[in-house]
Amino acid sequence: MTNNDIVLEAKGITKKFPGVLANDHVDFDLRRGEIHALLGENGAGKSTLMNILYGLYHPDEGEVIVEGKQMQLNSSRDAINHGIGMVHQHFMLIPVFTVTENIMLGAETDHRAAPNEAPLVKLDRTEVAQKVRALSHQYGLDVDPDALVGDLAVGVQQRVEIVKALYREANILILDEPTAVLTPQEAEDLFGIMHELTDKGVSIIFITHKLKEVLAIADRITVMRAGRVVGTTFPKESNEQKLAEMMVGREVILTVQKKPAQPKEDVLVVNDLRVKDVRGLEAVRGVSFAVRAGEVLGIAGVQGNGQTELAEALSGLRPTDGGRFAIDGRDLTGNPPRPITETGLANIPEDRQRHGLVLSYSIADNLVLCDYYRSPFGKRGIIQQKELDENAKKIVKAFDVRTPSPFTAAGKLSGGNQQKVIVARELSRPVKLLIASQPTRGLDVGSIEYIHKEIILMRDRGVAVLLVSAELDEIMSLSDRIAVMYRGEIVTTIDRKDATRERLGLLMAGVHEPA
Amino acid sequence: MDLRRFGFILLIIVVLFGAVVLVGRPMSSPVLIVTSMLATTIAVATPLTLGALSGVFCERAGVVNIGIEGMMLAAAFFGWIAAIYSFHIFSFGAGVSITMGVIFAILSGMLMSLLHAVLSITYKVDQIIGGTVINILAIGLTGFLDRQLFFGRGSVFGGQVPHSPGVLPTIHVPITELFSPLCGGLTNCLEVIRAINQVFDQKPVAISAILLVFLAHYVLFYTRWGLRTRAVGEHPKAADTVGINVIKMRYANVLIGGALAGLAGAYFTIESVPSFEPLLTNGRGFISLAAMIFGNWSPIGAWSAALVFGASQALNIKMQLFRDVIPEQWAILQNSYVVGLIPYILTMIILTGIIGRTIPPAADGVPYEK
Repeated sequence: MTNNDIVLEAKGITKKFPGVLANDHVDFDLRRGEIHALLGENGAGKSTLMNILYGLYHPDEGEVIVEGKQMQLNSSRDAINHGIGMVHQHFMLIPVFTVTENIMLGAETDHRAAPNEAPLVKLDRTEVAQKVRALSHQYGLDVDPDALVGDLAVGVQQRVEIVKALYREANILILDEPTAVLTPQEAEDLFGIMHELTDKGVSIIFITHKLKEVLAIADRITVMRAGRVVGTTFPKESNEQKLAEMMVGREVILTVQKKPAQPKEDVLVVNDLRVKDVRGLEAVRGVSFAVRAGEVLGIAGVQGNGQTELAEALSGLRPTDGGRFAIDGRDLTGNPPRPITETGLANIPEDRQRHGLVLSYSIADNLVLCDYYRSPFGKRGIIQQKELDENAKKIVKAFDVRTPSPFTAAGKLSGGNQQKVIVARELSRPVKLLIASQPTRGLDVGSIEYIHKEIILMRDRGVAVLLVSAELDEIMSLSDRIAVMYRGEIVTTIDRKDATRERLGLLMAGVHEPA
Repeated sequence: MDLRRFGFILLIIVVLFGAVVLVGRPMSSPVLIVTSMLATTIAVATPLTLGALSGVFCERAGVVNIGIEGMMLAAAFFGWIAAIYSFHIFSFGAGVSITMGVIFAILSGMLMSLLHAVLSITYKVDQIIGGTVINILAIGLTGFLDRQLFFGRGSVFGGQVPHSPGVLPTIHVPITELFSPLCGGLTNCLEVIRAINQVFDQKPVAISAILLVFLAHYVLFYTRWGLRTRAVGEHPKAADTVGINVIKMRYANVLIGGALAGLAGAYFTIESVPSFEPLLTNGRGFISLAAMIFGNWSPIGAWSAALVFGASQALNIKMQLFRDVIPEQWAILQNSYVVGLIPYILTMIILTGIIGRTIPPAADGVPYEK
């Protein structure tokens, strides 16, 4: 990018929330046709800054300059009308509407956000659909205007979001954590689209905490920490290690350090297990494997190939439809979660907010969800509050949960700290088997480092670990053996030392290896 | 509407109409029975249709409204009071007084819905509680004022219910006049045309209810307002990010719902019978909600469900008419309490979801917070 033409500039942005200084005199600028990555941990103030640029928040101090003119951004409508488009991390799409309806919503009769002047004006779906087709052709964004959004894959929904912004004639695009929900392949496609867009003069702000992606695609990188801009750098002048240190403010160990595994006896033995998904379709189609004490078996695979159902079945949350499994020599097929837990299963579920925690309960209560009924927490059916409190204080300290108090509701914690509560609860019991599903999804570098360290620590103490993850890096850095799941079956199991990203990528995509 | 539910509706209508024809055969011809049953069905389905439409607008915008019953009751009362006051105190003519009744019924429905909107949208009170408040308030307020105005010591009308200015007139559709020449003097033919004419000769609220069904369908699915309303009820945050004022849309739609419930209230005291009694809506607001759910939150679906309930109510009315000719083995149909249970039993069957589950708007009942 030789063109230094600045399209958007934020100067001295300050935003306070009760008790938090979310943005502290932040300066940020965006040049025409560039991809400017904004990097930072959760809570660093990236989202606050973007919400200010998109008119959703009003800054306490500072100014926003778009195309050389100072702007009053009082609502998202103002931002849209100044050519700013945003693709939110959680898509702002209505599943029961068609692609066309989603795109025209709020801009039914013209391209920009129109006020509600003629409420009863008739919708012209055909015309908008045609424009959508033209746009998707122009930018190489393949979307069917007549499809229901709820039927589309996540990657396609994201394209709809981009078309939605382009339909509003956006020339500045804010992408908030766009790869968080994508498979590696979909992320590659997205990067292609981003280059296509910048070639056509669109400028992109790319928000993320994934270091590899930033280095691969950004023209410039600005790092934020604790509400401030730490610095701006270029991919050529930086590397993962440096960026991570800028983000976290201390040295971070990115590669998990571990000794070779010393596997012992089989702990989890799964034999021809079959499990149906919510729709009653067979999601796990006869898988067999064993996990030994003192090793990590990683299950790699693109989301939705039966991993979720497998983990749920093994923890007793989903009925099995055939086959058996045993933990520590005890057949537990068809058992509810409690006997499985009591046999020594620690479970870090995929959806930490729905299956891992009761968000409205305090940390103290969440920490005893598996043990509340037995000594020392429950005696003759009465909860021993004192024991609970002491346990909570002890664990919050030991696992470094950042919280105002052990009695804060779990829902008020950041994602990383919520995960720490779950990990603390599951690993502070006597455990023989750990099932960790997507244990670091959505977490920042510091928390990932912590969780990875805990998992390896458990392995070295002789716990059998089953790691389910869609993140190849995670699988590669933690596993001793790797099983690839594709369409409900384990395609192959390989040793860590024989695994490369490319080989796993092909296996995950269902490409068979020559025998 | 899917086939299963459409089939269920058709089946119930056929059974109900079949029963009336079978029982009433000794007294009248099948054609006459069917047409008069149809006319009654449409008339008594009116408040249910309007109530269901009220629910459709509120809930499509994301506000659960179980207060329709209370809104109807309040509207029925205040509309009636407005008609009587206009007639007796302000000495307007009967026509003007009745019109005032309708207008005030609509306004009081809107006032009640404004309360619901303030509670559930601005103050984010649990919407079931908000609706319950409306229902209890309406029962208490109308019962109390009814007694105070008409029966209390020193009451305005001196312990006597005054004559009402009457009810809305039937609007005659000139079908007989237009088509009778085609019969060329055949009496059977004339009779059939007259019978059919009877179905179309309805009163203003009933007619507007049907027109409103189609208007609501158009507004919700073919206009900017409808697209935005549904967006706000499905995913308010998404609507907000494209510059739609979620709070304003929700307020407006709840007020529209209130106006519709108000018109339903007018049916009771201004169109059907010129009198008020405490609790006269008798659960019709709740049956409207069942119709809305069974109709999958769509105006036309809700209307067809309302017609089923209307038909079961019409059955009861007809059975009283045919009391004396009901055969021995069907004696149970003479009991108006038993027959009167049919709408409520249907409601329960429908709400169990046996005849197919319907899906409410995703953000229905969830207050919006930025």
